Amino acid sequence: MAQTIQGKTGDWEIVIGMEIHAQVISNAKLFSGAATAFGAEPNTQVSLVDAAMPGMLPVLNEKCVEQAIRTGLGLNAQINKNSIFARKNYFYPDLPQGYQISQYEHPIVGKGKIEIDLANGQVKEIGITRLHLEQDAGKSVHDLHPKKSYVDLNRSGCALMEIVSEPDIRGPEEAAAYLSKIRMILRYLGTCDGNMEEGSMRADVNISVRKPGAPYGTRCEVKNVNSVKAVQQAIEYEAVRQVEIIEDGGSIDQETRLWDPAKMETRSMRSKEEAHDYRYFPDPDLLPLNLEQNWIDQIKETLPELPDQKKHRFIDTYGLSAYDAGVLIAERERADYFETVAKNRDAKLAANWVINELLGLLNKNGKGISESPVTAENLGGLIELISDDTISGKIAKDVFAEMFTSGKAPGSIVEEKGLKQVTDTGLIEQVIDEVIAENPDNVSAYKGGKDKLFGFFVGQVMKKTQGKANPAAVNDILRKKLDN
Amino acid sequence: MTELTTLTIAQALEGLKKKDFTSKELTQAHIGAMEKARPLNAFIVETPELALKQAEESDKRRASGSEGALEGIPLGIKDLFCTEGVQTTAASHILEGFIPQYESTVTKKLFADGAVMLGKTNLDEFAMGSSNTTSYYGNVISPWKRKGQPNVQLVPGGSSGGSAAAVSAGLVMGATGTDTGGSIRQPASFCGISGIKPTYGRCSRWGIVAFASSLDQAGTFARTVKDNAILLRSMSGHDPKDSTSAKKEVPDFTKALTGDIKGKTIGIPKEYRIDGMPGEIEKLWQQGIDWIHSAGAKTTEVSLPHTKYALATYYVIAPAEASSNLARYDGVRYGIRVPSENLREMYEQTRAEGFGDEVKRRIMIGTYVLSAGYYDAYYIKAQKVRRLIVQDFMNAYEKCDALLTPTAPSASFAIGENQDDPIKMYLNDVFTVPASLAGLPGMSVPAGLDADGLPLGLQIIGRPWDEEMVFRVAGVIESLAQFTHRPA
Repeated sequence: MAQTIQGKTGDWEIVIGMEIHAQVISNAKLFSGAATAFGAEPNTQVSLVDAAMPGMLPVLNEKCVEQAIRTGLGLNAQINKNSIFARKNYFYPDLPQGYQISQYEHPIVGKGKIEIDLANGQVKEIGITRLHLEQDAGKSVHDLHPKKSYVDLNRSGCALMEIVSEPDIRGPEEAAAYLSKIRMILRYLGTCDGNMEEGSMRADVNISVRKPGAPYGTRCEVKNVNSVKAVQQAIEYEAVRQVEIIEDGGSIDQETRLWDPAKMETRSMRSKEEAHDYRYFPDPDLLPLNLEQNWIDQIKETLPELPDQKKHRFIDTYGLSAYDAGVLIAERERADYFETVAKNRDAKLAANWVINELLGLLNKNGKGISESPVTAENLGGLIELISDDTISGKIAKDVFAEMFTSGKAPGSIVEEKGLKQVTDTGLIEQVIDEVIAENPDNVSAYKGGKDKLFGFFVGQVMKKTQGKANPAAVNDILRKKLDN
Repeated sequence: MTELTTLTIAQALEGLKKKDFTSKELTQAHIGAMEKARPLNAFIVETPELALKQAEESDKRRASGSEGALEGIPLGIKDLFCTEGVQTTAASHILEGFIPQYESTVTKKLFADGAVMLGKTNLDEFAMGSSNTTSYYGNVISPWKRKGQPNVQLVPGGSSGGSAAAVSAGLVMGATGTDTGGSIRQPASFCGISGIKPTYGRCSRWGIVAFASSLDQAGTFARTVKDNAILLRSMSGHDPKDSTSAKKEVPDFTKALTGDIKGKTIGIPKEYRIDGMPGEIEKLWQQGIDWIHSAGAKTTEVSLPHTKYALATYYVIAPAEASSNLARYDGVRYGIRVPSENLREMYEQTRAEGFGDEVKRRIMIGTYVLSAGYYDAYYIKAQKVRRLIVQDFMNAYEKCDALLTPTAPSASFAIGENQDDPIKMYLNDVFTVPASLAGLPGMSVPAGLDADGLPLGLQIIGRPWDEEMVFRVAGVIESLAQFTHRPA
């Protein structure tokens, strides 16, 4: 996962720019009133406009525009008050109009930037070139009939945001971090569900290699990279392929390549010469999109706290490590859960429990935080029981396991099972006296200098109290008795 | 009952109101005329049964006292308007057999006002043409003949040739048209009737098969200016389904027909005096200027300096938009499909067979002007010139209230003439294209006959959204011209 590739002639730097297509969360399509739900029966969510019947006209869906603005603001980008929809012309059966309505020279969102977090703890800024709105195509199905293809237009006309990055990304790790961060931001904003398996988020990766400090090399665009892992694999494969060609005296052809996840390789799809001439021109069926500053300001006011802001707040106000804060903010629901647990309680303890115990167990059970059988309120209750010495940390783990299976509140579990910690020093002293009386040999050995036997006495006391004795009190009293 | 087919819409509405006749009788009279006039080939589809059903329903509505503004009036609908359950072809083979499951906004509005549809009128394929000789369903023959040449078939003009011929021959009381570069005004002029293209955005384009989206505009044909005003009011209005339709109040256009233009100034654009303009057209234009003066209005010469670039500009922009608008006719979802071994061949063969020569020519021109390397030189340049043409008109309207020009540089010509020379054919629209590029309302009124006895029209071009002034001036010319000639 190196940022550079060790070639025969030295180190090569990998230069990456990404185009992410994110399906906009909205009830209706970009230019028609048809529904957008995933997984519906083929061709059941298709309006006359989506099927490009003669005489049909697009009407812009305001909700999709709002989502694009919201996303632009979340990417710290400039919102262009004047943008233009253009037609991108090409023939394909799942593109009923024979053109895709997109934005070309005048996108709705201009330059922006986001931060990505790297494994070594460093933070890197990646530039956003633009974001534009466009229609999705339908889906061609080629494997239902030996000679025919079928077309499902449910997706035809759904709104997509294409988010284009600057070529600021170096290597597979950064690419993965970038993609994950964009997905996190979109999910926080509620503008895209980021579900790559269902295709609601897709990435095209532009890859080139160069000797450090040299000008950019010729790039290849790799398509069909549909998971964070695939992005890393495709970059690793493609960068090595390019280095080998160059080092063998060849040169890279600018082309579009396809990632084949089964064969773990990229292969040529079309060369620059075969590239389409899309004949973009402003769509005469639509007026230029003019936004009022007032509306942009209103949307800005409704933006949620974004991942980076949240992370810094967690570090500053809760005193968490950057790593722990990073884990907690990865999902908005997770961060909210943590904050409920930590409210008026020991935040570091809360973070430990959420990250190490809860997330671990959820993961093992294949559940997300929203499906957790332990509510945030109950986990908070458990933290309180630990903090006020009602139970020890060790007992708390047993209580937690019980909470996870039964969903019960920690207080009632402690009550039912009599797990309350014994802090009555008289009782503890009595038990200690018994232990001392029962083990005269070990007492004399300890007093003779075998310090390590101290643990033995603690163990014996805990055994007699079924682990409920307050460990600090046990230590104190034992030491007093044995050291005198 | 043949005299029913000579009534104007205004007269027919009066007769229906007074119960002199029913809509059914009126409709039957027109069905009879339509059947007799089949040699004109004005219709692609006749819908007599639908018409009679609509007429009967109309009579019932009228009996119950709930009549609309066009209650019981039989009309022709250009076969570019999608009509629910009735084949809509745009006169193209590629849409043969296509039956829409939806009604265009314009026809829906007409029907909501009580109109009756007699059939779908013939046109140039995808409205591309000026003579109605590019229809897959055959040429439309003008009902007019040159003096002494009864066997020479003349063109009705185009692209709305079927609508114009049908109105002129008394087969329908009025008809819808669409005008992209002159497709209402030029055939109205050729057929001796009135026709108006309103301001771009006045009528919804929803459900009209698109030719060039930034220019296409629905309008009307009728035998009088007033009838056009009645029809246009019913058709107009904002439609949320068309982003380019305007949120403008629709006035009662008939109220503009005051007959009074005293004190108004009518502009005469000097650049419209083109080289080689026939003397008869020149004479007719002067006659129009004299009528304006006699009605107490002034005329003033104005300059529209970019007029000479208008045709070239139009023949970049319209084909560019058409090349993209017609991409949807690919054999995949509707219309004809030529089965082939692979996708590419299916596209090629379907479109090769489905489109006629003129449509192919314009798709190729449009594709070319949008291509990488040519886009700036053609498409962008044309858009810039278009803006200058708009500015020309706005400058002129600082000095006048409307413009008066000839509608076309000639009277109707014989079928086959101009056929081998697309450029000469395109020249037909030299006076109508500038107003289209500027989105302005324009109307043709019949004003006289040429030496062969063929009608010639004058065009009134108004300010944006000022159809009322256009109607007002047109009404005055109509009453002074006293054009009562009808085809034999």
